[in-house]
Amino acid sequence: MGFEEISHTADWSVRVWAQDLPSLFAESARAMNSLAGTVTVKGRSLKRTFESEAPDAEGLLVAFLSELVYYQEQENLAFDGFEVRIESQRLKVEMEGAQITSVDKAIKAVTYHNLKIEKTNEGFETTIVFDV
Amino acid sequence: MNIENLIQISETEWEIPTYIRPDMRVPVRLFATRELLEQIINDKSLEQAVNATTLPGLVGHVIVMPDIHQGYGFPIGGVAATEYPHGVISPGAIGYDINCGVRLLASNIDLESARVEMDTLATLLNKYCPSGVGKAGAIKLNAKELDHVLRDGSRWAFKNGYASEADLARTEEAGSVEGAAPERVSERAKTRGREQIGSLGAGNHFIEVDVVDQIFNEEAANTMGLYQGCLTVQIHCGSRGLGHQVCTDYVQQFQNAVHKYGIVLPDRELVCAPMDSPEGRAYMGAMRAAANFAFANRQLLAHSARRAFEETFAPRIRNWHLHQVYDIAHNMGKLETHEVNGKKVKVCVHRKGATRAFGPGSPGLPPEYKKIGQPVIIPGSMGTASWVLVGTEESMTRSFGSSCHGAGRVMSRSQAKKEVRGDELRKELEKRGIKIRAGSLPGLAEEAPSAYKDVDRVVETVSEAGIAKKVARLKPVVVIKG
Repeated sequence: MGFEEISHTADWSVRVWAQDLPSLFAESARAMNSLAGTVTVKGRSLKRTFESEAPDAEGLLVAFLSELVYYQEQENLAFDGFEVRIESQRLKVEMEGAQITSVDKAIKAVTYHNLKIEKTNEGFETTIVFDV
Repeated sequence: MNIENLIQISETEWEIPTYIRPDMRVPVRLFATRELLEQIINDKSLEQAVNATTLPGLVGHVIVMPDIHQGYGFPIGGVAATEYPHGVISPGAIGYDINCGVRLLASNIDLESARVEMDTLATLLNKYCPSGVGKAGAIKLNAKELDHVLRDGSRWAFKNGYASEADLARTEEAGSVEGAAPERVSERAKTRGREQIGSLGAGNHFIEVDVVDQIFNEEAANTMGLYQGCLTVQIHCGSRGLGHQVCTDYVQQFQNAVHKYGIVLPDRELVCAPMDSPEGRAYMGAMRAAANFAFANRQLLAHSARRAFEETFAPRIRNWHLHQVYDIAHNMGKLETHEVNGKKVKVCVHRKGATRAFGPGSPGLPPEYKKIGQPVIIPGSMGTASWVLVGTEESMTRSFGSSCHGAGRVMSRSQAKKEVRGDELRKELEKRGIKIRAGSLPGLAEEAPSAYKDVDRVVETVSEAGIAKKVARLKPVVVIKG
């Protein structure tokens, strides 16, 4: 499980890999927090639940990360604990996080640009481009 | 993409023909010198331009400007026109920051007489123009007022004392795009917008005080009220979280629309729907509402900038006023009529990182600009020159009345942060007499001048190509960044 930033001229691109799909979603969220330089108060004092439906896993991933962008901008919250359940075209995530104390960089949006979740020998991987 | 794939038309114009890839519907036309092209081919922007040629209903060429660089889906610096009403509209070909644009205000204040006050001015601009990640704006709107903003744009600002009639006249669409549909904007988008109006945001957005450094077209400069040695203000920002959410919502919804209408695309970020479909009409209404939000946002920031000018200069300088030169959009989809293969065609011109550059006599220009053409405002990278141009008759026939929008990035943000330290950059700019107020030093490093192309070369290219004419060059003296 991990992520690495991929060079992109104007925006941000990150490659994420994990042993299974739920872990890939959780790691993608952590990658996004890391790129944005999000710092929160200590501990996981807040819980939220996110549910969504989409025709495919890529659609669910964009919806999930877009929800986190909204929480960051509108409610000043960031999450790093995730319990992800994916059944067919439905996603449910129990999230734990805390109030943000500082952010280096705002993410405007999560894009579908060349987005493809691929099965590998080790699990799953994808590359996500964020508009910043 | 290799340079060998391109056909050279002239010193500043190239074509990517449709035989390069079987799914291309139209060719790509690129405005660039060979030197700029050699930079452009280093990223994936031309592949993205080729992907853009697969949008159904395209006419003419997909046009790309010399400041083109890799974006997501559609390249930044691209223009695509789809025939109305059956052609498509693509949210990703307009971008998340709907109606991101630049407003230019000008004064009769001579820099030399005002240099001692630049520090005070920088501090007051920074105080009155909120900037930074997620920062709330100058005012907070209730739901009903926000709907007024979404419907009326700068006209709402005028009714509430934040704008003059002259401001409206010197704004694209008079600051109020017709056909806006606030009811097509999600509650989530409205929530994001309610507190952010009148704020700059972060990223590459800025407020800059510049001095008119050189005049190239005396008549046009006089008409715009631009005088050598005098101060101007540029405001670069867009529709903030509201626009980002509108685009996010519709890119998500259009994932289904492409299946419904049997549209096959090489990249899901290009998703689109016919303009005459329920989905296309809904997005068009929401996009226009977000555009009105952006016009009102820049208007409120202009109001705040005037307050900073008044407090700084009014005690000593009688005419401290900032008059509006023009306000342009560079991320927008607009219904316009253009000549294609000798026939007038109504099209939706998608401009993403490209500026409308209407020539003399074009519809919608204020009377004083009918003769000279529309002002085109080209902000440079931080610490470098910016330009004021005018649209030409040739831009109308060769680029759907469009020109470039800035310098264009050449270096990734992560590379820029590796090569440049924010604190050192600030010191270097301050040494050159530029006052900096920046919310984030890493953010400052990402926007370092070395991360961008040379704006002067970009402007020379569009000028040589004939799709815009030089009027004035501006030099920065104060930079406010989120």
